[in-house]
Amino acid sequence: MDFKEILLKKITDQFPELKIDTTDFRDELTFSFDKSFIIPVCTFLKSNPDLEFILCADITAIDWAERKNRFTLVYNLYSFKNNFRLRLKSNVDESDCTIDSVTSVWKSANWQERETYDMYGIKFNTHPDLRRMYMPEEFEYHPLKKDFPLTGIPGSLPLPKK
Amino acid sequence: MGLEANLTQDGFFTTTVDALIAWSRKNSVWPMPMGISCCAIEMMASGDPKYDIARFGSEVMRFTPRQCDLMIVAGTVTYKMAPVVRKIYDQMPDPKWVIAMGACTSTGGMYRSYSVVQGIDQFLPVDIYLAGCPPRPDNLLNALIQIQEKIGKTKARDFQNIKLPELTVIQNN
Repeated sequence: MDFKEILLKKITDQFPELKIDTTDFRDELTFSFDKSFIIPVCTFLKSNPDLEFILCADITAIDWAERKNRFTLVYNLYSFKNNFRLRLKSNVDESDCTIDSVTSVWKSANWQERETYDMYGIKFNTHPDLRRMYMPEEFEYHPLKKDFPLTGIPGSLPLPKK
Repeated sequence: MGLEANLTQDGFFTTTVDALIAWSRKNSVWPMPMGISCCAIEMMASGDPKYDIARFGSEVMRFTPRQCDLMIVAGTVTYKMAPVVRKIYDQMPDPKWVIAMGACTSTGGMYRSYSVVQGIDQFLPVDIYLAGCPPRPDNLLNALIQIQEKIGKTKARDFQNIKLPELTVIQNN
């Protein structure tokens, strides 16, 4: 029984009511599930002594523009103990553009969630410091959204006087 | 040797103050290396023995704007960086000159993007636009020579009525 099967079995045993879509593409395992489970699943993945996904390598999002669930949150995790990388995905719709913050699980998620908020406008509930990461604080838009023009909006960013 | 070796007694020559000041100014242009991205590597290369910017009297790269005459803006200027570049430019004493080094600095270059200023002349007075991505060091030296020609044509009274920038004081509580 290889580690992927052990992993899936442990999660389904722990969360029997959770519906997981599994994809295994080129030896990269991805779990997709509902966004309400993100905190319990992440806590379990990190704290279980056999799994120990203690590194949250990256958090980002995908904008699907016209799909029903517009955004997909992507979490890349790593387990040093098992030398294994795992990807979690969770859909967020534009009408309710929020998801629970995983800063309570991994401290490093703080800035990654700020970046995701800055670029996509997804709000993270109970995030301790949800400010913009790159763009100025008074900037009104979220540049990586598909409906943001590539060349920007004239006058939206101030320049010093000549 | 030089001219002075041919003098038999105490020599003198006549000139104008303007010519003397412009001559001394143009041969010791002290650059402010505003190295922001990859153009800065070529700017550094222009200081090495192969290209040797010291031949033109500009080897003293000052890392404080208070001692500079020429700002070499080398690299992509983003909207977030623009106030910093402007503030450093404002801190330089007059008279001062600006080289926009490379495609990004001159026009935004290949970064036709929401985050990149499409040419620093939107917020700085630019004297030389230097083409290239990045420009070779000899190209930068050419720009320096052109700046020197420009400085050589200046007169002292050109700088009499320079308006000082409005300073904004930021206080923390």
